Amino acid sequence: MTLQQMKPMRILGRAGFFLLVLAIVAYTVFPFYWAIVSSLKGGAALFSVEAWPSAPEWSNYTAVFQEQPFGRNILNSVIVAGSVVALSLFLGVTAAFALGRVQFRGRGFLLLVILGVSMFPQVAVLSGLFELIRALGLYNNLFGLTLSYLIFTLPFTVWVLTTYMREMPMELEEAAMMDGASPFVVLTRIFLPLMGPAMATTGLLAFIAAWNEFLFALTFTLTDEMRTVPVAIALISGSSSFELPWGRIMAASVIVTLPLIGLVLVFQRRIVSGLTAGAVKG
Amino acid sequence: MVERAGTIQQQRQRSAWIFLLPVLITIAAIAGWPLGRTIWFSLTDARLDEMEATRFIGLENYLWLARDPEWWVAVRNTLVFAGVSVTLETLLGIIVALVLNAKMRGRGVLRAAMLIPWAIPTVVSAQMWGWMLHDQYGVINEMLMAVGLIAEPRAWTANYSTALAAVIAVDVWKTTPFMALLTLAALQLLPDELYEAAEIDGLGPVGQFFRITLPLIWPALMVAIIFRTLDALRVFDLMFVLTGNSRATASMSVYARQQLVDFQDVGYGSAAATGLFLVIAVVTALFITFGRVRLGGEAGR
Repeated sequence: MTLQQMKPMRILGRAGFFLLVLAIVAYTVFPFYWAIVSSLKGGAALFSVEAWPSAPEWSNYTAVFQEQPFGRNILNSVIVAGSVVALSLFLGVTAAFALGRVQFRGRGFLLLVILGVSMFPQVAVLSGLFELIRALGLYNNLFGLTLSYLIFTLPFTVWVLTTYMREMPMELEEAAMMDGASPFVVLTRIFLPLMGPAMATTGLLAFIAAWNEFLFALTFTLTDEMRTVPVAIALISGSSSFELPWGRIMAASVIVTLPLIGLVLVFQRRIVSGLTAGAVKG
Repeated sequence: MVERAGTIQQQRQRSAWIFLLPVLITIAAIAGWPLGRTIWFSLTDARLDEMEATRFIGLENYLWLARDPEWWVAVRNTLVFAGVSVTLETLLGIIVALVLNAKMRGRGVLRAAMLIPWAIPTVVSAQMWGWMLHDQYGVINEMLMAVGLIAEPRAWTANYSTALAAVIAVDVWKTTPFMALLTLAALQLLPDELYEAAEIDGLGPVGQFFRITLPLIWPALMVAIIFRTLDALRVFDLMFVLTGNSRATASMSVYARQQLVDFQDVGYGSAAATGLFLVIAVVTALFITFGRVRLGGEAGR
């Protein structure tokens, strides 16, 4: 190949690559773009296809909060996801210390059990959990959701934190133990401060999982006031059962997506490292 | 000194169990116990409104299940959904990962953008696509008509023959980024020297991919595929929001929940849920046997 031939080939290659990148971005981002455009259209404008609304308006956004207790739904989701993260991190870090730092019989088996729990389908515990939640008087109660969400956040928190815990150098503990520190002191004084970044990552992933959960939230709550955001968005309905208020649905979708976009942009490195550490579910 | 080391070791092991106890109790209470109860319910005629007054009926629910064509449609839907969507996600994910792995400006921004579909609730992605696929006002119909691929608007999610494909398309959109990011993480661990050596040996880009890249990222890829497959087998939200309880797309989870909650038949619904549990257990066993993945081995590292 001569030099003259080389150049156009490379330009063509780069152009092709650039087009591929462009296609990937368009594919990923277009649905969000379209949701935003649709949410800003009022009345009949919604039914015309145009790249940007000729007369953008906020009516759908105000309607979301007026037609249903959407503010309350957001608060519910924050409460449930927040308490799930706090509980799973607290329980998870103690278990991870035992599983990651101490050699004892049955450790491999326990890890397998924990991994197994994270894999089994939510619907397989639905009837048993329903009975349990009713027996505890937690039906249509946010704490019932917190409790049931631990099924999927806890195994995964333990798993990922154990991975991080194992990577800590052995010398850390040895020095403290020579000084006669108890395991509890070793955990709280030495590991806890060092585990900060790992716990932030794991907590973030647990938060997203709890924030997005649908099946339990749909089944264990009854009234509009107790619903979390995903259920509220799934059940938005209009005046007639045939015509869904798409403008409002898109507005609600945009509202819950924006904070997640913020989280992702700020913490993307952490999220990716957490995902690869645990190779967690998507 | 030896004696002291022994007692420290024993003390550590004792406290390890104390540290583990809260998690083990919680998991037993909210996962083990309900799973056991579900299996028990599947052997009874339990109803949602009178769960106390139940009668043991043996395997009768399972016999009904085996004879219900709707159940087998749900099994087929679930397997097709999981098989097709995970295959497409893996192929697309590898392509996207290779692109993101190239040295270029704005890679960080691109990677962050990829995370967004993964991070949003499935319900939201289902609603966004439901609107885009709308039979009368959907933008996808408009686009396809503009380029002349279809002559008139289609009802993608209501039409029996296209509903499952529509659901798969939405799932591929939502989870390809997950596969891409896990693949990308594996790609970034590969040393440059390997490729320099391959270049000297005159191996082209395609040869490099199949001879070097793919074998080296295979273990990581396999773990990602297993997690995605198990996740796809229990799919619920996507179908529930996009197509409701429609027969064309109903997954095993949708079927089980419909029996359990809508028809209040806890016994029969539990049998269906146990069926799904068994399918997932079998698939996991197959993966571990044939994919040559040692999850336990990795755990004991």
